Parts: sequence; structure tokens; C-alpha cells
Amino acid sequence: MISATALLALFSTGAFAQSSVATVATPCVDSGDTAWIIMATALILLMTIPGLALFYGGLVRRKNVLNVLMQCFIITAVISIEWVVCGYSLAFGSSKGFLAPFIGNFDWAFLNGIGLNDLCPYFISHSQVTADSGAIGTIPHLLFIMFQCMFAVITPALIIGAFSERIKFKGFLVFTILWSLFIYNPVAHWVWSSDGWLFKMGALDFAGGTVVHINAGIAAIVMALMLGKRRDYKGHAIPPHNITLVVIGAALLWFGWFGFNAGSGLAADGLAANALMVTHIAAATAALTWALLDWFIGKKPTVVGICTGAVAGLVAITPAAGFVGVTGALLIGVIVSVICFVMVAYVKPKLGYDDALDAFGVHGIGGMVGAILTGILATPAIQAAYSGAAYGNIRQLAVQLIAVGATMAYSGIGTFLLFKITERLIGLRATDKEEAVGLDETQHGETAYTAFD
Amino acid sequence: MKKIEAVIRKSKFEEVKQALYDAGIEWFSYWDITGLGKSTEGQVVRGQIFQSNYIQRRMLSIIVRDINVEKTINAIIGAARTGDTGDGKIFVSDIEQTYRIRTGETGPEALYNKE
Repeated sequence: MISATALLALFSTGAFAQSSVATVATPCVDSGDTAWIIMATALILLMTIPGLALFYGGLVRRKNVLNVLMQCFIITAVISIEWVVCGYSLAFGSSKGFLAPFIGNFDWAFLNGIGLNDLCPYFISHSQVTADSGAIGTIPHLLFIMFQCMFAVITPALIIGAFSERIKFKGFLVFTILWSLFIYNPVAHWVWSSDGWLFKMGALDFAGGTVVHINAGIAAIVMALMLGKRRDYKGHAIPPHNITLVVIGAALLWFGWFGFNAGSGLAADGLAANALMVTHIAAATAALTWALLDWFIGKKPTVVGICTGAVAGLVAITPAAGFVGVTGALLIGVIVSVICFVMVAYVKPKLGYDDALDAFGVHGIGGMVGAILTGILATPAIQAAYSGAAYGNIRQLAVQLIAVGATMAYSGIGTFLLFKITERLIGLRATDKEEAVGLDETQHGETAYTAFD
Repeated sequence: MKKIEAVIRKSKFEEVKQALYDAGIEWFSYWDITGLGKSTEGQVVRGQIFQSNYIQRRMLSIIVRDINVEKTINAIIGAARTGDTGDGKIFVSDIEQTYRIRTGETGPEALYNKE
């Protein structure tokens, strides 16, 4: 086991490239790791379809449920293709010169030159692998690409919650492709690529708190503000049309999240087990906290409330899953649930913006809480190389704040520009008539609950 | 022949059903309805507490012979009343004609089974 200081030194010299450590040990594919990451990849697909699709689908009105399911489904199709065409290369490739810390290049477009025996060049915050066998991973490169593909898919799907029930399908589709290309890929490069400037600075994001949740959450609030309110939004939530679907969706998200977080160490080991444990405990704590808040304030523990709480907990533990232990998970669960509850129940109605399904209130705010708490609660007991402000490393908190701020600024400004471009070229806002009739009928020519036998 | 339409609380449906059965009413149809008016009920969605004026009730539709009108109405009122606001309403209207599709019988005798 290498000491923490030696590891930090390694870190700061940027010696993570494949070539510099290849001499330490001969890495090879580990069948256990590979089997687990294949499984985890499938679990993350389950988060988008049907998990998130049903979660969001149940929360909208019955005239718009198919539109939401379709948005999730087509994102899965389109972004998967975008990912192998150029997305992966832009996010994880290495460009030359001043662009290197900000975005990849097209060397891996169409997965050019990646063979099935190549090993994954990344290991994402996985200090054990660095210590034992060098920076190179123990799973096939192709598997890493597919694992990351699922992250690229779910991120734009999260934004749907902010603009649902009032967006034209064509405009949505174009916006989503542009957003993945110009917002998701660079931010993933910053945080997860070994060239990325936030990665080099030491920002901790185990499974996507900044890249996935803050990124999508900020895009969500910008879209909600730019697109305007639903025509019949009266400043309070419009009741969900099918809470059973919400429960199934939230439960599948929870289930899939084990792949999302416990897979992000890219190995089947103790760190994965810890990630699984803290993920589960944070979700449970946040769900219970929300239910209790509901109980005391609204007089009854609601089902939509406990589902929302669980998702908030899962969001917040995402960046921290590889760095905190059970105490951290309990704290994160309670704190995120309280903050998201206040945002959704009080701040949103006060400010009056129409974030229809609380994509910002839960994913944006939850992601920020998680990313900042990671900088405070990261404990050397989990990964010796990483500690947070609570363990004397104030710098980590500063780095986390920079990562959060940079992601917010880039995602916010980028989304604003992409909205303007798409609005000008294609149009995004559904007409009043389309909105009144429902997007299922007007955008897809189908209805979810047909009158026929 | 009269049509009796009654809007009742969902929570009182089982009692009303039993009272109608006890009164000898053989058949009726019902469906869930949503009403919209000045009265409101509290609702909570994701911690937001607000007043909703969409109120859920159940509607019964019963076609009876003239001689059965009063006991039907009494059965409904007896079973559905709680004394609080929102117990519901009963509407009575004339039915011009009834046909039994199977036999072609018309008039009140189309409404009940002859022994």
C-alpha cells in the first residue's frame, strides 16, 4: 500500500498516463471486475429507461405521460449513437495544446483504433488500483466506453423534468443533441479525463455529482426560466397523474444507482462495496427525513415525498460514494433532504419559476450539496489519498467549490446560448393549443390510456 | 319512471349500496366524478401545501318505477348523511320511455324482472 503523501505526489505530477506506469506491473483484464462493470452498465441503463421515465411519467398529467416516456427513450437511442460517433472521444480523448484541459479531440471518433483487448486507460478516483497495479484499469476499454455511455444518456434525460408538459418534441431533440455535444462532453472531460483541469486540480466526483447532477440541474433551471411557465401553472405543483408509476420509477432509480455508484470505481472490490453501502444508506436516510418533514409540516407522510427524498439522497451521495463512510452517508442523507425540501416546498413557490418536476430543486441543489459535502466529509479511512475539510484538508473544500462554480457557470451560460439557437432555428415552446390538448396527442398522435378494449 | 342521480361521498358508497339493496333496488350504475366549485380541500405535493378545489365524489344513476322513488331517496339520504358540508345532492328527473333490448318490452315493466 502506497502512502497518502506519495500518492498525492504522484497525483500532482500527473503521472497517470498509461505509459509512465506500465513498467510497475503488467495489467490485464480482471474477469471479476469486468463482469461487475457489465452488470453495472446494465443497471444504469435501467435508471433512464424505465426508471427515470416512469418517475417523471407518473409526475406529469395523463395527457403528457407518453411524451415524457418518449423523451427518455429517444435520448437513450440518440445519445448512445452520439457517444460512439464522437461523444466519447470529445469527453475522454486527449487533444493537444491549450484545449487539452477543456475538451478531447476526434481521435476516437467511431471508436477508431480501440480493440477488444485494449484496457481501459481510466480508473476514476480509484487509489487502490494506482497503488497496486498502476493507473491503468482492469476492464476492457470498450466496456468503459459503454459504462460512460449510460452516464451520457441519463444526464440530458434528467433535464426533462424542468421543461416537461410544454416543449415541442423536435426542438427538444435538437436541443438535447447540442447540449450533450457542447455541455456534457466538455464537463465530463474537465472532471474525469486525466487531462481535465478540474481532475488535475483534484476535484472529487466519484460518480457524477458535478458532471451529471449539477450540470443537468443548472441546465434545468435555465430551461425552466427561458421556456416560461406552463399556461395553467398557478404557483403550486400540479398533482401527479399516477403515483404508482412514480414509486416504480423511484425504486428502479434506487436499484440502478447501485450500478451508477458502486460501478464507478471500475472494479469489484472493497471500494465498490463501500459505495454500494453509502449509496443505500444515504438514500434510506434522505427518504426517511423527507417523510418525517412531510409528516410534521403537511400532517401526513406522502408517497411522492418519500420518493423525492430517496432520489435527493441518491443524488447527493453520488460524488461522495467513494470517499465517505457510513457516518458521512447518514449526514449527507439528512442534510440534502432538508435543503431540497426547503427548495421545493418554499423557495420554488416563492420565486415562482416553473421547474415542473423539480429537476433543479432535487438534482441541481442535491448535486451541489453532495459535491460540497464531499469536500467536507471525505475521509482518509475510505481512500487514504483523499480527505475533506472535516479531516483538516480545507483545500479540498475550496477545490469542490471551484468545481461546482465552474460547472454552474459553464452549464448555465451554455444552456442559455443553446436555448437561443434552438429557439431561433426550430422553436421550442409548444403552442397554447398543443399544451392544452396535451403533448401525447399533438406530438406523437397517441394517448396513454386509450378508450379501446 | 324517474331517474334518480345522487352525488355522494366515496366513503359512504358501501353503506348506500347496502341501503339500496335492502330497499329492493336491483340495479344501478355509478362512476367517479370530480367536482369544481367554491369549496376547497387541502392538498400536499412535495411539501407544497395548497388549497385544491377539485373534489372527488361518486355519482349513482338509478332508474326506478314511480312507486319506488321515495324509498330509494330515503335509502340514499339515510345512508349518505354525515351532517358535514359536502354530503352531496340528489336529482330526480322524468324518464320518457324504457325499452328492454332482449324482449322489446316497454314502459315500467322493462325496468324489473317479472317473477
